[in-house]
Amino acid sequence: MTGWAIVAEGLLKAYRKNRALDGFDLQVAAGTVCGLLGPNGAGKTTAVRVLSTLVRFDAGRALVAGADVVREPGLVRERISLTGQYAAVDEVLSGWQNLVMFGRLSHLGKREAKRRADELLGEFGLADAAGRSAVEYSGGMRRRLDLAASLIRRPEVLFLDEPTTGLDPASRTQVWGAVRKLVAEGTTVLLTTQYLDEADQLADRISVVDAGRVIAEGTPDELKGVDRLEVVVHDAGQLTQTAALLSGTADVDTRRVRVVVTDRVAAMTEALRKLEEAGIAVDDIGIRRPTLDEAFLQLTGGKG
Amino acid sequence: MIADGWVMTGRHLRHVVRAPEQIIIFFTLPIMFVLVFGYVFGAGMAVGGTAYREFLLPGVFAMTQLYGLGATAIAISTDIGKGVVDRFRSMPAARSALMIGRGTADLTRALMEMTVLVVCGLLVGWQWHRGAGYALAAVGLLLLLRLALSCVGVYLGTVVPNPDTVSLIVFPFAFPLTALSNIYVAPELLPHWLGAISAWNPLSATVAACRELFGNPGVGGDSWAATHAIELAILWPLALIAIFGPLAVRSYRRLSR
Ligand SMILES: Nc1ncnc2c1ncn2[C@@H]1O[C@H](COP(=O)(O)OP(=O)(O)OP(=O)(O)O)[C@@H](O)[C@H]1O
Ligand SMILES: [Mg+2]
Repeated sequence: MTGWAIVAEGLLKAYRKNRALDGFDLQVAAGTVCGLLGPNGAGKTTAVRVLSTLVRFDAGRALVAGADVVREPGLVRERISLTGQYAAVDEVLSGWQNLVMFGRLSHLGKREAKRRADELLGEFGLADAAGRSAVEYSGGMRRRLDLAASLIRRPEVLFLDEPTTGLDPASRTQVWGAVRKLVAEGTTVLLTTQYLDEADQLADRISVVDAGRVIAEGTPDELKGVDRLEVVVHDAGQLTQTAALLSGTADVDTRRVRVVVTDRVAAMTEALRKLEEAGIAVDDIGIRRPTLDEAFLQLTGGKG
Repeated sequence: MIADGWVMTGRHLRHVVRAPEQIIIFFTLPIMFVLVFGYVFGAGMAVGGTAYREFLLPGVFAMTQLYGLGATAIAISTDIGKGVVDRFRSMPAARSALMIGRGTADLTRALMEMTVLVVCGLLVGWQWHRGAGYALAAVGLLLLLRLALSCVGVYLGTVVPNPDTVSLIVFPFAFPLTALSNIYVAPELLPHWLGAISAWNPLSATVAACRELFGNPGVGGDSWAATHAIELAILWPLALIAIFGPLAVRSYRRLSR
């Protein structure tokens, strides 16, 4: 087997004329976390559903955990777990009954399924609500139950579609902890999220999806791009002069000059010296790295 | 596959236990059938009274099985609308498990309904006259019919995505099916072509067979269908299962929305 846990090549999935996936390529190395980012309707959920055998695709090839999604879907299902965008638990049953049922359907023995259910309810802070019907759970509790259900057996590949949407900060940290623990044990995770800090925190690599295909790929740092020195001049009249002096670009609206830098300290000292010599008054000066949000907005043309 | 189906059966039965108000609803319907049809229709019939109820009860038994179809279809359709079926489908569990589980849970429920109906029947003067063995055989035929209708219901539930639509579809089908059967009126009493439809109606086959096995009145007619009621009461359900079972599994597989 190769070192890839997920390989997708040229996936195509059309709903009537609407191409939800349009030449979707993805490679995720085993034991890593890949974050899928993209604006609403980009095709993230479709990609997850295709790769987890829920939806058939029209063209392309997909391998998950070493098995072909089209030819060996049963094998894929044995090796993956999925937490979809919308909670997938039985609302009538209690939290505990849900987990035991999913455990039994994952072919755990009766006793093992019960033990695992207790363990997970504790881990996800649901022990007190174990006997209550899931319909009475809050959105966040249902979400956590849903995640717990995906972890009944340690999967080789875990798909998480917006796992922490609607969770409070404490629950979010809990989920992140659970994901990290799983990855430490060797699971590969494909996660979609609307929270860029979540991708930043969890993902080893990020793929930015737009209009059904991956338009950028890299580590969070790579995507953020390079450091920039930003200077806000006091007098708008000196803007062009400053830009020339520091060989940067000027933004008239904010009286700001941006310069791409490599050595942060040297660049800062040199800029301060030059400005001093030229007698240019500045309101603000600093080194900034674009946030993932900025990189994301730029890549997807501000649609996110 | 059997084990997965068993887990699902447990799920469906737990649903019933956790929503006890439903039990009351599904027991009221058959009881209503017995009382309303037995006394209201019975009053207008020449045979009248107990004799009509003796004739009617096997029909009510079969009719209850038919209305169970609606419950099955609604349950499946509701399930599919919820995300939980997505989770089932992404798990290694056999894809037929949901249906097998539904089938066994339906049969369990049918058995409970039958018990209530039999007790009601005995209270209003219905009886079996040929001994417990034949009576149990009749119950067996009714359960076979229910299983077949359960397959139809599962299929309907997988193709109609909205539970409300399901109930709108079921009634207009179920109503003529019961009206054009031997449940209320013997086929010989209908105009020729209506009588033929009624005699060949799958419900009629089970009803006629039950009347014969219980020793209730209304066995008669010399059409092939009427003289071979028991054979038909076995063949019809088997045919329905053979058609709708695979169809249901296939359309469940195709849920790949
Ligand atoms: N079942 C469906 N039927 C028809 N069109 C669909 C279906 N599912 C998705 N689509 C379409 O496919 C495209 C991609 O949808 P998808 O749900 O994959 O987006 P997403 O990236 O997950 O968006 P979001 O961030 O809102 O969750 C959209 O244009 C959507 O309208
Ligand atoms: Mg989505």
